[in-house]
Amino acid sequence: MTRATDIVGGPSPLADEVILKVEDLRTHFFTRTGVVKAVDGISFELHKGETLGIVGESGSGKSMTAWSILGLVPKPAGRIVGGDIIYQGESLLGKSPAEMRKIRGSGICMVMQDPLTSLNPVFNIGNQIIESLKMDGNLSLRVLRQKAIDLMTNVRIPAPETRLAGFPHQMSGGMRQRVVGAIAISRSPNILIADEPTTSLDATIQLQYLRLLKDIQAESGAAIIFITHDFGIVARMCDRVAVMYAGKMVEQSQVEPLFDDPAHPYTEALLKSVPDLDLDVDLLPSIEGQPPSLDNLPPGCAFAPRCPYVFDKCSEFPPQFVIDAGHTALCWRHDSAT
Amino acid sequence: MPWVPLIIMTILFICAAFAPLLAPHDTNIHIQNNRVPPFQDWSNPLGTDIMGRDMLSRLIFGARTAVFISLMALATGGVVGTVLGLISGYKGGFLDAVIMRTADATLGFPTILVAMIIVVLLGTGIQSIMMAVVLTVWARFARMIRGDVLSVKESDFVTLARMIGVPTRIILWRHILPNTVNTLMVITSILIGQVVLLEAALSFLGLGLPPGAPAWGIMVAEGRTEILTTWWLSLFPGLAITIVILAFNYLGDWLRDTLDPKLRRAR
Repeated sequence: MTRATDIVGGPSPLADEVILKVEDLRTHFFTRTGVVKAVDGISFELHKGETLGIVGESGSGKSMTAWSILGLVPKPAGRIVGGDIIYQGESLLGKSPAEMRKIRGSGICMVMQDPLTSLNPVFNIGNQIIESLKMDGNLSLRVLRQKAIDLMTNVRIPAPETRLAGFPHQMSGGMRQRVVGAIAISRSPNILIADEPTTSLDATIQLQYLRLLKDIQAESGAAIIFITHDFGIVARMCDRVAVMYAGKMVEQSQVEPLFDDPAHPYTEALLKSVPDLDLDVDLLPSIEGQPPSLDNLPPGCAFAPRCPYVFDKCSEFPPQFVIDAGHTALCWRHDSAT
Repeated sequence: MPWVPLIIMTILFICAAFAPLLAPHDTNIHIQNNRVPPFQDWSNPLGTDIMGRDMLSRLIFGARTAVFISLMALATGGVVGTVLGLISGYKGGFLDAVIMRTADATLGFPTILVAMIIVVLLGTGIQSIMMAVVLTVWARFARMIRGDVLSVKESDFVTLARMIGVPTRIILWRHILPNTVNTLMVITSILIGQVVLLEAALSFLGLGLPPGAPAWGIMVAEGRTEILTTWWLSLFPGLAITIVILAFNYLGDWLRDTLDPKLRRAR
């Protein structure tokens, strides 16, 4: 069996330099009722300037993957129990809290879901952008102010000079999310993790924000990990996509092959449940059953109980099968032996 | 706005700040006429005490003692409690358990008992009263602030600050503390009345300031043996204590209702 990372690392439309490599990452939560395997053995690579989409339903481990990379797994319940995260050739798991603090913000940064709560209500906008800029060392307040204004211009906030003194409650959701974006890119990180940054925005504002992210990426050359459950956004934004189910990456692929020919039944089912304007259906197809509870996973493939193609082999856990170069799936249907 | 309590407090603070200017007499001067009843003589409007000292002047200086001791002790206890509450709530785990169990233990002791133990250990005086207040008050601050921290630290802006690499002490100082100000103001205003009462009680029992000092508690104590004949000796300082504490409590209630929308809805 070939390692997933060796395959997915193949042809990428952009630069080939691997900036982040996640190897067999396992983040588990130790609760009173048992061990919750939020992330259970995922591997992927992220190349410079590339956009990787991570798709999956709530509780599939998307966000916990991001928290693990940032070294912010909620303690004391959560712990990274296995695998490795390699950023620019160095393992992040052995870093001290102080070293991780330096990497967060300047190396890897994240934009969270909710712009309404991501800003501190008691400080003005300028203060909060400047706080991040200050982390890079001592600069005079005038320089910091100017930098903050430039950043706000970068994220297309109109009249940045006057907004600087404004408070979060005086701004709309879209504007606030832009401010959060400005804070996230303030120290030009190499990797920007966007955790469903548009779920709480209006549809029109969503589109603007996605364009903005693309523009920022084009200017800065940052790699983006885009966490979402919206395949429309994946198609629009991403170069590659990884589908997560029950803490595992069940399929990884370039975007187009995934849409044309999904290799994992779960991906297929997800794609089917995306509404299509050309088809006139009364009821959208949905996936039968419930996502499995992560502290009590069935042996074998976690999707088997909901899978229309289930057969006897599915009671064993499938290895990673290679469908094409850069396209892998965890599903027995691709076992050439059967 | 609760105007009556605010006016009472303004008078109290003005008396405390400008006591030497406002008091008609020096509290150490003993006039020949002792036990002069109140409202009979313009030079001693509230009468004189057993030693012939002017009651009004002693009351005004008593305000100074009450305000000074209460505020100093409350501020010290508040700072200690807030810092411990911040650490406890943010760090969690073992440290949290140690601080909170200590706070529980502290709250379990009656304040007066703690004060008496301290007086035995340190002797009477301002420092003993302050110590007793700090030791009982910190736990209330620590508990309330910890509760606030637990909710604020989960908020996205704290996560964002951690995400951009802000060090913990700056997160606590800049992001969490300002969001607990409401709670701080409410506990302070509620506790200040209790602290004034505690100071008066300790002075009354002779555990606080030395006898003869201008403190309301001491004045009540001095007059209690002659309450049936020279009633004004205990009545006026007693009234002062009551009115001040009522004013603080009303103000505290009002602040809580104004600053905490959740409680307001619950009423």
